[in-house]
Amino acid sequence: MQTLNCQQLLIDIPGRPSGRPLDLRIEAGQVWGILGPNGAGKSTLLHTLAGLQSARSGRVFLGERALTDLPRRQVAQQLGLVFQERQDGFPATVLETALIGRHPWLSPWQMETADDLALAERSLQRLDVDHLADRLVSTLSGGERQRVAIATTLTQAPHTWLVDEPTNHLDLHHQVAVMELLTEQAAGGCAVLMCLHDLNLAARWCDHLLLLFPDGEACWGEAASMLVPEALEQLYDQKLATAEVDGAPVYVPVR
Amino acid sequence: MIQRRAWWPPLLVLALVSLAAMVVAVGLGSVNVAPADTLAVLAGQGSELQRTLILELRLPRVIAAFGTGGLLAVAGALMQVLLRNPLADPYILGLSGGAALGALLAMLVSAAAVLVSAAAFGGALLATLLVFGLAHGRGSWTPSRLLLTGVVVAAGWGAAITLILAIAPAQKLPGMLYWLMGDVAYARLSWPSVLVLVLTCLVVLPLGRSLNVLARGPVQAAALGLSVRPLEWLVYVLASLLTATAVTTAGSIGFVGLVVPHILRLVLGNDQRLILPASAFAGGTLLVLADTAARTVIAPEQLPVGVFTALIGVPMFLYLLHRSR
Repeated sequence: MQTLNCQQLLIDIPGRPSGRPLDLRIEAGQVWGILGPNGAGKSTLLHTLAGLQSARSGRVFLGERALTDLPRRQVAQQLGLVFQERQDGFPATVLETALIGRHPWLSPWQMETADDLALAERSLQRLDVDHLADRLVSTLSGGERQRVAIATTLTQAPHTWLVDEPTNHLDLHHQVAVMELLTEQAAGGCAVLMCLHDLNLAARWCDHLLLLFPDGEACWGEAASMLVPEALEQLYDQKLATAEVDGAPVYVPVR
Repeated sequence: MIQRRAWWPPLLVLALVSLAAMVVAVGLGSVNVAPADTLAVLAGQGSELQRTLILELRLPRVIAAFGTGGLLAVAGALMQVLLRNPLADPYILGLSGGAALGALLAMLVSAAAVLVSAAAFGGALLATLLVFGLAHGRGSWTPSRLLLTGVVVAAGWGAAITLILAIAPAQKLPGMLYWLMGDVAYARLSWPSVLVLVLTCLVVLPLGRSLNVLARGPVQAAALGLSVRPLEWLVYVLASLLTATAVTTAGSIGFVGLVVPHILRLVLGNDQRLILPASAFAGGTLLVLADTAARTVIAPEQLPVGVFTALIGVPMFLYLLHRSR
């Protein structure tokens, strides 16, 4: 099965010492969460793993092949990235935006087929934005845009999902819906890696965690072994109170 | 079930409108020819006088106008995608200004007409290199930086043009002013503009979907499997070439590149596979109609066609903008 892995990877954040090199192996079926304070390099790591930013050193492999050896189009067939920031300045409708996810699968002269259209429609339904299909993306609310972005990647149908802050702008119900969607993708044979700010979502939905400290230090492993209150307190420089609710640990900042 | 609009009906309508506009334009002038007679001449019949009038005088001019309008509109549409900014346009980015400066300098030294065209072409290319080179700097092209550079460079061209107009001998002024406002009467060759237009459309059409992806921003486009840098360069080179060809054919004509793609987006949506060929038809039609008005309104006097593109384009644009939310 497809895996995303990196060997001795150091992400490149200008002006910061390199810290600990990453040796991650993200297998199909796993849900990884990246935790860390602002500016720790979570987004930079995602972009580096997607091949959109060059690393300071080390290599990234998609399956058996190095990411840098693969044509971009082939990468995009296997790996999808949901961005935290989006440029919605140039007008496009919700349906057109979702259909753009089919781009890596189509040859230059090919128009989208009925299958592509049906796939886009299903993705929009899954994210509960199908009623907005003809609206311009620029007229939507932040949460609706976020769901359209996830629907676009769902239409792209990659094996490996890299998601930057999937629950940004989302209300509670849609936060849960999106986390369910991502774990369902993993259960269906995909690999999922996401940056999260919400410890409780990470504790509840991720089976593996990567903690990124602001000085470049890092540790990773199974979620249960990473969710140590002392380590999390050090990570965020914030005292935490812990409890267990609904079968999952809950962390609350102490005032 | 979500339905997508078919792409071909708007193009068919625009193609028919273009043809109709050309037939009418060929018939109108100091001597009017009925559309039926025009069609007869085009089919190889009709009187000797009508044949000379239409085939040798009016048809080349109408074709040149159509080609120029199409080039400007497609160039505008491409630049708007490249910069992800609806304000991008050859005129606003100072490319037309560079061409104008070249042409006016050639006129100032009383160069032959061919040299005026060559100077305009060179000026447009120089302006393109200058704007895109300066905006590129050591970083990447950010749309706002490119647009600002273009606007500032355009202001520079404007000052230089005013200087030339101020020092030019009086008898050269009318020719210069007509060139500045755009005049298809300068077009002695009708085929280069149409040829470039057709070739560009053939290159650009298979790239339509990639351009849709590029419009989402360079990083998003790369994540969707696009080789962003080569595509950006191709679009940039094509847009410059189109602009240079257009201004060489008919002087500097504003508004077509800005207004036509905009109007089409408001009506047809923002799929570049549809917008680019539609821009070619609609831009061509707009300039054919504007040129017909320019040479008939106070015939036999002729007016600069740029005045009419503005007079037709600006109110139409404002109306559509007002109507669309």
